[in-house]
Amino acid sequence: MTTVQTRVAPEVLVRIFTVASKIKLYDEAYRTAIRSGKVGGMYYSPRGQEIIPASFAAVLRPDDYVLTTYRGIHDQIAKGVPLPTLTAEFFGKASGSCKGKGGPMHVTDVASGLILTTGVVGSGLPIAVGVGLSAQLRKSGQVAVVSFGDGAANIGAFHEALNLASLWRLPVVFTCQNNQYAEYTAYSIGTSVDQVAKRAASYSMRAIHVDGNDPEAMYQAARTAVDAARAGDGPTLIEAVTYRFNGHAMGDSMPYMPKEELAAAMQADPVLRLRADLIGAGTLSEEQAAAIEEELRSEIDAAFEYAIAAPLPDPAASTADVYAEGAAL
Amino acid sequence: MTSQAELDTPAARVLTMVQAIHEALDIALGTDDRVFELGEDIQDPMGGGFKVHVGLSTKYGLDRVRPTPITEQAIMGAAIGAAITGMRPVPEIMLMNFMAVCADQLINHAAKLRYMSGGQTNVPITVRTVTGAGGGFGAQHSDMLEGPLVHTPGLKVVVPSVPADAKGLLLSSIFDDDPVVFIEMHHLYYAVSGPVPEGDYRIPLGTARVARPGTDVTLISWGRQVHDCVAVAEDLAADGISAEVLDLRSLVPLDTDAVLGSVARTRRAVIVHEAVRRNGYGAELAATISEELFGQLAAPVRRVASANTPVPYAKPLELAYMPSRARIEATVRDSVG
Repeated sequence: MTTVQTRVAPEVLVRIFTVASKIKLYDEAYRTAIRSGKVGGMYYSPRGQEIIPASFAAVLRPDDYVLTTYRGIHDQIAKGVPLPTLTAEFFGKASGSCKGKGGPMHVTDVASGLILTTGVVGSGLPIAVGVGLSAQLRKSGQVAVVSFGDGAANIGAFHEALNLASLWRLPVVFTCQNNQYAEYTAYSIGTSVDQVAKRAASYSMRAIHVDGNDPEAMYQAARTAVDAARAGDGPTLIEAVTYRFNGHAMGDSMPYMPKEELAAAMQADPVLRLRADLIGAGTLSEEQAAAIEEELRSEIDAAFEYAIAAPLPDPAASTADVYAEGAAL
Repeated sequence: MTSQAELDTPAARVLTMVQAIHEALDIALGTDDRVFELGEDIQDPMGGGFKVHVGLSTKYGLDRVRPTPITEQAIMGAAIGAAITGMRPVPEIMLMNFMAVCADQLINHAAKLRYMSGGQTNVPITVRTVTGAGGGFGAQHSDMLEGPLVHTPGLKVVVPSVPADAKGLLLSSIFDDDPVVFIEMHHLYYAVSGPVPEGDYRIPLGTARVARPGTDVTLISWGRQVHDCVAVAEDLAADGISAEVLDLRSLVPLDTDAVLGSVARTRRAVIVHEAVRRNGYGAELAATISEELFGQLAAPVRRVASANTPVPYAKPLELAYMPSRARIEATVRDSVG
């Protein structure tokens, strides 16, 4: 497995901090909106996993592709899906990214390269193979990054996708955000190896096992994998170890997660730790960090206001968009 | 509707189904760089289990006639991913029963991505697949599974019965912006020949073909059973029964006007398909006819289909399973009697 050492430029870390903070603050605002009854409760919080997509955001080109899962708001924000239309989609509004037809588990925003969000564990991986194949055939230099959880490492689609991507040396980065739990089941109950990254060896694929909450290491991992993909050196399996603060879905009382483990993870909040590190290193002042957060809060507030005010879809629209011709057949 | 006479032009040669399908693939690959094939064993020298692709990987290269491992989920997923990013993939699922292996990709993704994305991502794939009972392949290699596909909004479903249609429908499917499942019945591959026009022509999806005109009863069918229906109709003509045979060609979109127009004239309908009877597409057609033409019908809508069992292996069992010409004829006589 590859390890990387080079120091990461301070401005890159600030970029990662900014994107990670945007995710964190958005997540907090969304959960508040659920609690106040402004939106329904179907929501899979990515809180605790922010550094992973924020690091990719500092590496990817705008025309690169990201594919994610139902726990995908962090990937969607990091790829640059506009917050007003993204929020409107979550709220089921006509002006949502997908006209209210997808919802939280099925966000696509072609303009920002967020090409797929799937609600089926593992299903994004074979599709990422095709996205990478398309980029390879078109010689576009684009890279496909597909995010999935540790639970996806045990479904057949994972293995078929890794085999084909390696066989065809496709520009795909398989990013396992190992948050330790597959829905309500701990990693070790369902996975035969201690590291998902070890499975890459079965497919002669480059593997990187990294602390997904460490921005320097995560950035280097993302940089290494994306550069290799773009250079024609084929796919990489990154296992980014992280933790989920809010359980599987909203309302999860988390009886299966040891309290001390959760407390320790929250104590080591990766976003707050990066903030403290940037201030400690003199890269940002407290005021500058607060100003970044304030600006993000304004942007998020505006997005929620937009989504709340946005009109609901016309019921007549329910039969449109099934087929390219328009009407349902 | 396109009649056989229109296609029977001077430029038409007699080809088998396999030759016609091969020609459509060749034309599509030669016409548009976005088109590529992927599937098991499709490379030369085999050119696929049924030889459909012979010569194509040599002509277009292994990038565009791309052999895959035995990996249906990845074949379908790769096709979908390429399709939503600008390509027009033509994946082959060697046998239709193997579509169950990649049903998640087909049903949860290919069919739904356009809708779920609010129209942002078309999925222009044409999934070619082969099937059919009567070959002694047993229960896991023979099913007609169009039923679950027509039940999945977002998919289009095509079943050709003659070579000219196979070519024109396949070209339409490949250049259609929606996911199409193109069902080829291997029984027809070499057994059926017919005139096929040269060059690129497209038969619009959703246009039925009158395989045989008639006035007393409408036989509605697709694929292999169209030929059985025509044969039965010829026999019945000797007894003064004039049976019209309507070949749907595409199940979704359905040429509803052709179905209802014909049945409104004949006032009798018999639907014949190889898929099992229960919840088969015949049930949907029968319901539609009954809803639209209630009061005009001279007889209940009848169905002739396979038995509600897995496809048996032994010949007598397999023949008992399938809709036979004798069963079709008896049902038609019952309908007009």
